[in-house]
Amino acid sequence: MNKFLNNKIIYFVVLAAVLLLPFATDALLGRGWVRIVDFAMLYIMLALGLNIVVGYAGLLDLGYIAFFAVGAYCYALTGSPHLATAFPMLFPDGLHLSFWIVLPMAALLAGGFGVLLGAPTLRLRGDYLAIVTLGFGEIIRIFMNNLNAPVNLTNGPQGISRIDPIQVAGVSLNATQEVFGITLPSVHLYFYLFLSFTVLVVFVSHRLEKSRIGRAWMAIREDEIAASSMGINTRNLKLLAFAMGAMFGGVSGTLFAGFQGFVSPESFSLMESVMVLCMVVLGGMGNIYGVILGGLMLALLPEVLRHSVVPLQQAMFGKTVIDPESLRMLLFGTALIVVMLYRPAGLWPSRVRRRELDTDEVAP
Amino acid sequence: MEIFLQQIINGLVQGSVYALVALGYTMVYGILGLINFAHGEVVMVGAMLALSALTAMIGWGLSPLLALPLSLILAMAGCMLLGYGIERIAYRPLRHAPRLAPLITAIGVSIVLQNLAMMIWGREYHAFPQLIANQSHHIAGAIINDIQIIIIIMALVIMLALMAVVHRTRLGRAMRAVAENQHAAQLMGVDVNRVISVTFMLGSALAAIAGLMVSVNYGLAHYYMGFLLGLKAFTAAVLGGIGNLRGAMLGGLLLGLIESLGAGYIGDLTGGFMGSQYQDVFAFFVLIAVLVFRPSGLLGERLAERA
Repeated sequence: MNKFLNNKIIYFVVLAAVLLLPFATDALLGRGWVRIVDFAMLYIMLALGLNIVVGYAGLLDLGYIAFFAVGAYCYALTGSPHLATAFPMLFPDGLHLSFWIVLPMAALLAGGFGVLLGAPTLRLRGDYLAIVTLGFGEIIRIFMNNLNAPVNLTNGPQGISRIDPIQVAGVSLNATQEVFGITLPSVHLYFYLFLSFTVLVVFVSHRLEKSRIGRAWMAIREDEIAASSMGINTRNLKLLAFAMGAMFGGVSGTLFAGFQGFVSPESFSLMESVMVLCMVVLGGMGNIYGVILGGLMLALLPEVLRHSVVPLQQAMFGKTVIDPESLRMLLFGTALIVVMLYRPAGLWPSRVRRRELDTDEVAP
Repeated sequence: MEIFLQQIINGLVQGSVYALVALGYTMVYGILGLINFAHGEVVMVGAMLALSALTAMIGWGLSPLLALPLSLILAMAGCMLLGYGIERIAYRPLRHAPRLAPLITAIGVSIVLQNLAMMIWGREYHAFPQLIANQSHHIAGAIINDIQIIIIIMALVIMLALMAVVHRTRLGRAMRAVAENQHAAQLMGVDVNRVISVTFMLGSALAAIAGLMVSVNYGLAHYYMGFLLGLKAFTAAVLGGIGNLRGAMLGGLLLGLIESLGAGYIGDLTGGFMGSQYQDVFAFFVLIAVLVFRPSGLLGERLAERA
């Protein structure tokens, strides 16, 4: 009883801290940082989506950002004046669909792409999925870069701008709003929107983990032959995990497009996929809280590096020898290797996962 | 017809390079059952090392005909060392870990290599110095130059030499034994670790040669060149049947041909909707098609279903 009460108090403290986070960040670090925290929330959502694929089902997806791109472009096309340039007859001022209509469509489309990719590869060994997704991530980018001719669908490398802001109950999130006498700037509003989506994703992940499906995924991850001899349809369940991860990616993508108001192929490079993978691996595959921790750490890392490494180098050498961007990727790569070698279950591992990854049994 | 022949020539040149890189993937896969994701980056490092060595040697006033083989040897040595190091650091400790683990370290290694290369050699494209008078020959309206002829011949010679090593020497027998059954090979007195190291080194040496070939052919080297090349070479290996040496060669040449013919004709086929900028997507669709219709590849044996 006492423990229950303690837990409740902790929950309330965490809840209050999270709700006040944008205000505290704004006051202490400035408004720019609230925006950074918003992006961190997006990354956390992405990482949680990838966690279903990598953490629960044990499938390596190296092109995860492609699904994010599918979602982002979905909203960019349907929620901006851009279609007017491609089909001036059909849409004289573009198609301005509401975000809330596009969201499920984008999720389904991304999930559909997931099924298309997963169906041929998931019946084979896991390595093939890794390389096929890696290729897919690159292909999507080639298409986004080149589909500006002969019909200007994606506007090529310039990307699509002037995407409609997200509206909640008719209220645009792109302007400062006043709620109960509290002034909420746009970045704060987006924070609360992303927070609610993140909570939803956490809830779904959590329920999935404990469900029959989640247990089946973990069984497949640990021993596929044993799982299938227990009557689990391994192919369909792997496909489900893959498609579900893709859907979460698509949802985050639409949010990203609405928040940023601009999308271009540059945002969806392989490095982004690697970064999300890093969040999952570093934080602890299969553990929701570990993944959130990993996402938060790695999303804030580039900002921290930018504010520390550049001045440090300036002071030491008088110029920037190593730019923070490549230093960040170098750190990510090293982290992937070191974590897999010395702490394969991540910084904050799930209990099951740790037991499984630490056993040093000889493969048959 | 001239266009067709020209595309065939281009395809064969490109395919020879793919085949050399694909051999590296396939050898490692045959022995360890592991996709060495970092292999594409080894190709890139090979090209960059060769370029640096070449530039330095030309600067010292060495004759290009001497500098070219010397820098190739240097690049091969560097890549062999790199291949050995990669296996030692990223793969060997995880040999008995779940399959996901070495895949993740592999992607880590390739990120590290890419970014180290970017720090050392910069983001810009490096022009490869033109060393030999590159004469063009006309065959039935198509053009082939000396470099392309050298690439095709060299690739053929190297592949034949590799086949000889694998099928005629003691080392090759050990490699095949380890590929067949690691434990049995160990019981028969084969030093498994050594064989695996040597396999990685051989594959990396081939990668260095391929890297030099690509950059001489296009006259360019870049820190990012290894990624797509690696992806395509892997496709070639899968197309031929991964784990199978002849398959890698066949797959490489075929993929080169598919790509160059595809890029040459896609404009006509799609009525001008898609152009040659989509050249890079062919490999991907080939990969998907192979995985759907014949996952074991053209020459491969049936693959294990188990992940």
